[in-house]
Amino acid sequence: MVGFVLVSHSQKVAEGVRELGLMMAPDVPVEATGGTDDGGLGTSYEKISAAIDRVYSEDGVLVMVDMGSSCMTTEMVIEDRGDPKIIMVDCPFVEGSVAAIVSSSCGSSLQEAKAVAEEAREEKKF
Amino acid sequence: MTDSSKVLDIVGHIGEAISENAQFLTDLDAAIGDNDHGVNMARGFKKVEEDLPGLKDKDMGAIFKKVGMDIVSAVGGSSGPLYGTAFMKAGAAVAGKMEIDLNDFLKIMDEAISGVQLRGKAEKGEKTMLDAMMPARDAMREAAEAGKGIKEVLDAGVKAAEDGVEYTKTIIATKGRASYLGERSIGHQDPGATSFMVMLKAVADKYEE
Repeated sequence: MVGFVLVSHSQKVAEGVRELGLMMAPDVPVEATGGTDDGGLGTSYEKISAAIDRVYSEDGVLVMVDMGSSCMTTEMVIEDRGDPKIIMVDCPFVEGSVAAIVSSSCGSSLQEAKAVAEEAREEKKF
Repeated sequence: MTDSSKVLDIVGHIGEAISENAQFLTDLDAAIGDNDHGVNMARGFKKVEEDLPGLKDKDMGAIFKKVGMDIVSAVGGSSGPLYGTAFMKAGAAVAGKMEIDLNDFLKIMDEAISGVQLRGKAEKGEKTMLDAMMPARDAMREAAEAGKGIKEVLDAGVKAAEDGVEYTKTIIATKGRASYLGERSIGHQDPGATSFMVMLKAVADKYEE
């Protein structure tokens, strides 16, 4: 099953999105990581890297990011790992994460989960 | 020629300058960003400072790479990956060297700028650190080509970086958190451009007339 790392500036935001995803797909490996090493708002290279390790499997890891340094720090972690099974996706953080987590519980591959997350951008709310 | 012990001395001084200006940089960021630039940068350079003794006698590539990695891991905001990538890319260009000359320094600036562009996907004129870095690099190259020595080259760079910081007051931010403010960002100088100016000044401080 594809695993997920949710990277936000805020640990609370990351945890909240994880909660929403697991509500529909409790069996999916999802790690929420937010904030700096000392608990402030921001992102941490080490925390993101460790979170990837915790959900890693042969099926791969999809990393979701919110804004600013979440995106850039994740990009650096992924570049340094150089593993094609660890990828990030550009999508709305909440909607994309929930949709992709649910798709993973239904057996989607890494690329399929990424596509589902990207499609969330097109979903009209009203 | 600048050897590695001098480079470590300069990096230490950059850290001091960042720490002295931390509140100022954070205040600038409070106006148009998320109120943490100076604090974040100071935390990054504190980690650098702790690691400096272990970099004695290392080559330039190793020094720049470690500084970049420390910045990435300790800063926590966007300036971490941006300045971190800048230092790491600069380090790759001078790997293996125990001394650097003016030409190497210009190469370091080129690589630092391309690192920031690669990571931030920004161009000149978007109210970012590039608006200080690029004019500074151009002015330093021009001064070097005119046969000036290192001190004059650095002073020309600092002057251009200061002008670049002033220029950021006149433009709208289109990158980063400040872009959410649109027109409201006009009149405020960019914190990232300012921190670059502070760093370049700190480098210039370490060279005699």
